[in-house]
Amino acid sequence: MWFDPDLTIIWAAIIAFAIFAYVVMDGFDLGIGILFPFFDVGEERDQAMNSIAPVWDGNETWLVLGGGGLLAAFPVAYGIILPATYPLMIAMLLGLVFRGVAFEFRWRDPSHRPLWDAAFTMGSLVATLAQGITLGALLQGIEVSNDAYAGGWLDWLSPFSLLTGVSLIIGYALLGATWLIWKTEGRAQEHAFRLSFRFGIAMLVAVAAVSAATPFLHYQYWRSWFALPGVFLTAQVPLLVLISAFLFFRCLRRRAERAPFLLALMLFLLGFAGLAISMYPYVVPDQITIWDAAAPHDSQLFMLVGTAVIIPVIIAYTVWAYWVFRGKVGTHGYH
Amino acid sequence: MFDGLDPVILARAQFAFTVSFHFIFPSFSIGLASYLAVLEGLWLRTGKQVYLDLFQYWLKIFAIAFGMGVVSGIVMSYEFGTNWSVFSTKAGPVIGPLMAYEVLTAFFLEAGFLGVMLFGRSKVGPRLHYVATCMVALGTLISATWIISVNSWMQTPTGFAINAKGQFVPAGSWLTIIFNPSFPFRLVHTVIASYLTTSLVVGAVGAWHLLRKREDLHARKMFSMAMWMAAIVAPIQIFAGDMHGLNTLEHQTPKVLAMEGHYEASPKGAPLILFGFPSNAEGRVNYKVEVPKLSSLILRHDLNAPLPGLKDYPRDRWPPVPIVFWSFRIMVGLGFAMLGLGLVSLLARVRKRLYDWTLLHRFAIVMGPTGFVAVIAGWVTTEVGRQPYTVYGHLLTAQSHSPLAAPAVAASLLAFILVYFFVFGAGVFYIFRLMARTPVVGESEPTHDPARAAGITPAPAIDAESGGRG
Ligand code: HDD
Ligand code: HEM
Ligand code: HEM
Repeated sequence: MWFDPDLTIIWAAIIAFAIFAYVVMDGFDLGIGILFPFFDVGEERDQAMNSIAPVWDGNETWLVLGGGGLLAAFPVAYGIILPATYPLMIAMLLGLVFRGVAFEFRWRDPSHRPLWDAAFTMGSLVATLAQGITLGALLQGIEVSNDAYAGGWLDWLSPFSLLTGVSLIIGYALLGATWLIWKTEGRAQEHAFRLSFRFGIAMLVAVAAVSAATPFLHYQYWRSWFALPGVFLTAQVPLLVLISAFLFFRCLRRRAERAPFLLALMLFLLGFAGLAISMYPYVVPDQITIWDAAAPHDSQLFMLVGTAVIIPVIIAYTVWAYWVFRGKVGTHGYH
Repeated sequence: MFDGLDPVILARAQFAFTVSFHFIFPSFSIGLASYLAVLEGLWLRTGKQVYLDLFQYWLKIFAIAFGMGVVSGIVMSYEFGTNWSVFSTKAGPVIGPLMAYEVLTAFFLEAGFLGVMLFGRSKVGPRLHYVATCMVALGTLISATWIISVNSWMQTPTGFAINAKGQFVPAGSWLTIIFNPSFPFRLVHTVIASYLTTSLVVGAVGAWHLLRKREDLHARKMFSMAMWMAAIVAPIQIFAGDMHGLNTLEHQTPKVLAMEGHYEASPKGAPLILFGFPSNAEGRVNYKVEVPKLSSLILRHDLNAPLPGLKDYPRDRWPPVPIVFWSFRIMVGLGFAMLGLGLVSLLARVRKRLYDWTLLHRFAIVMGPTGFVAVIAGWVTTEVGRQPYTVYGHLLTAQSHSPLAAPAVAASLLAFILVYFFVFGAGVFYIFRLMARTPVVGESEPTHDPARAAGITPAPAIDAESGGRG
């Protein structure tokens, strides 16, 4: 072939991109769900809901792409990770059911609105917790034999995975709060500022705790982070985290409206980069590398041709859809 | 407490339950999205208010149905991994890319334009809004194309090789995989089924409002449109089903034998069994009512053509005949009832009694939900009929499932049942409430909350809106 780079690496990057896109985009939707009980019934809740109603479906589609892409490009990994985290996946899916229908149902049935608001919050919380625990479960390792999952159905449960679960809740809540700073005004915005401050601090604590625990899980992580000369590169990650955190709080104090959201995204991006450093080149730590799990070249190439063309188009019309609904939601919807 | 159960049976039950629930919504939203595109297009061309009113009326219903389709669909895409991990590992290199293309070309398209379709009319203007509606409709059709291709490949696999790990891998052209032998038939039959299902629902709602007020302009319009659709599409569907059956006879003979209830080979022309009670244990159909030689006429277009019987195949390769036999009869019976409705509506038009023939309206109301029943019955025929395989002829269902313990699968099955009945039950109830309301002139947008003066909020409270209804 005239052009033959390692498709497996490209696919690992695409899927990492899809997962990251999911985490930040559905992250702020789920975060708003998590924060919902903090908002006053009535206008404040309606504003929060309206700020994501036109876009949540598109945001969630990145999750389908992450799962579908994994099945297509790394079928072995898909076939191991999903059974290994079975109860978490089911919980996440059911959580997403509740949260997804709440968008329509709460408007259709005012007499049961509190019920659907509760479903919205519980669904968001459960889905986030399950995603966070899944991350921890993956990092701490999965038992594999013969390319198949070989553990029990509760192996994922550990103090570390619970820590990552709670951390993700904090992270999504932070994204949700900063998103609301951008999209709302008046009292609702004031409230979002206060929440952002609190969750910003909680987020730093969570990042510190998870970072401190991760290198001790596996020798592999220790090496990826601290071996020379790589350490000169990896040391930049915590440094950048500190800088972003500093800027974040400064912008909050100055009442900047967009910067807090963008800086919260930066924190997520850094966390994600840290994760990539820890995992690479494994998809299932210490067991299955991306090459072990990869689909044949033909399958990867067939998808890549389409993906290279279609993802930019998707990004274009997604940006357009966000553009249509730009500006503050206000108390009377978009204006 | 679930230890005695077989995890494979539980996983199958879970898949059947969740996919049946899922498919109820797409079979409605595929048809409804196209109907909405037609209504909005007619409005743009003619400027008649009635089309816009109907558009807004059905758009609110669409929003609920579509949302339920999305959340139940996400469950499906993860269920391949949670419950059928061996199948996923083995078939992933072939079906994975097709499903990834579905996400890229269909789901993003639907989701990207849905927000504008539902909430954006006042922000983008009528023409761009129409583009968004068309994109959503197109997305549902593209989605159907890919997922039906995947399913058809599992039924009639082509264009693959098996590698050292036992995985199915593409060999040769992807076109052979995508356009596998049963794909065109299944796609046509399923998409028409969605259109038919939707027209029956729209027709029933129209009929219901006509019964209460026969001069209602909106009810007349939707009833008439729906009856045209049913009259035209029902015969096409029967024809397509017949072609589909012939194709299946060629590629999945035992499935057709199960649908027909032929245990014994018929060297001199097979009878058509109308009713009876097939029994796999006894290997025959009890208490049957049959028409001699008709089955050969339908399947081979020759009264005396020989047909094989299930007994020509090993017993452990038989599908569960009674289920397939009955689900097939339900589908076909309903198909002919739909044809009947279409014909009666044509007669009513000729006699100029389309809007005041209450018997016709009652008939249309009874037929309202039958599209869903036929669709599910059709899928049961297809899926149960291909047992005991997941990839026909190559991978057994009993070898496809995840290494999971029965309690885990049983608990999740139970959770799905509880949640689905509660959540989707509520959704269906809200849809009924919206349908019970007559469309009004100047029908509000879903984006308009009448409780507020200048508000654009995602959806109105129906109580507030239907307050004026008697
Ligand atoms: C013939 C059509 C058809 C069939 C057989 C299926 N679906 Fe479906 N699906 C659709 C037609 C459709 C649709 C009409 O395109 C939906 C309904 C609502 C929507 O958003 O798209 C959809 C939604 C939908 C979604 C949500 C998409 C989103 O986020 O917008 C997923 C993940 C799936 N489906 C996956 C599946 C899987 C794994 C299936 C098989 C096991 C399946 N569907 C059967
Ligand atoms: C949407 C309509 C569908 C319905 C109603 C449906 C129905 C069913 C049923 C009833 C079963 C259980 C069969 C049995 O246990 O005897 C089943 C199994 C299965 N179906 Fe479908 N199906 C549908 C679509 C699909 C599609 C589109 C796919 C593939 C993408 C698919 C893949 C499977 C798989 C993997 C199983 C499990 C293995 C098996 O039991 O065959 N199904 N389905
Ligand atoms: C009376 C005429 C009909 C005939 C002869 C017929 C024939 C068939 C056959 C042979 C199959 C199984 C294909 C296979 O897997 O091998 C099938 C499947 C199916 N049928 Fe029908 N059908 C009829 C009416 C209908 C109607 C009225 C609907 C719905 C409104 C419907 C919906 C379906 C669906 C959704 C499937 C599963 C998908 C597929 O395999 O195409 N059918 N039909």
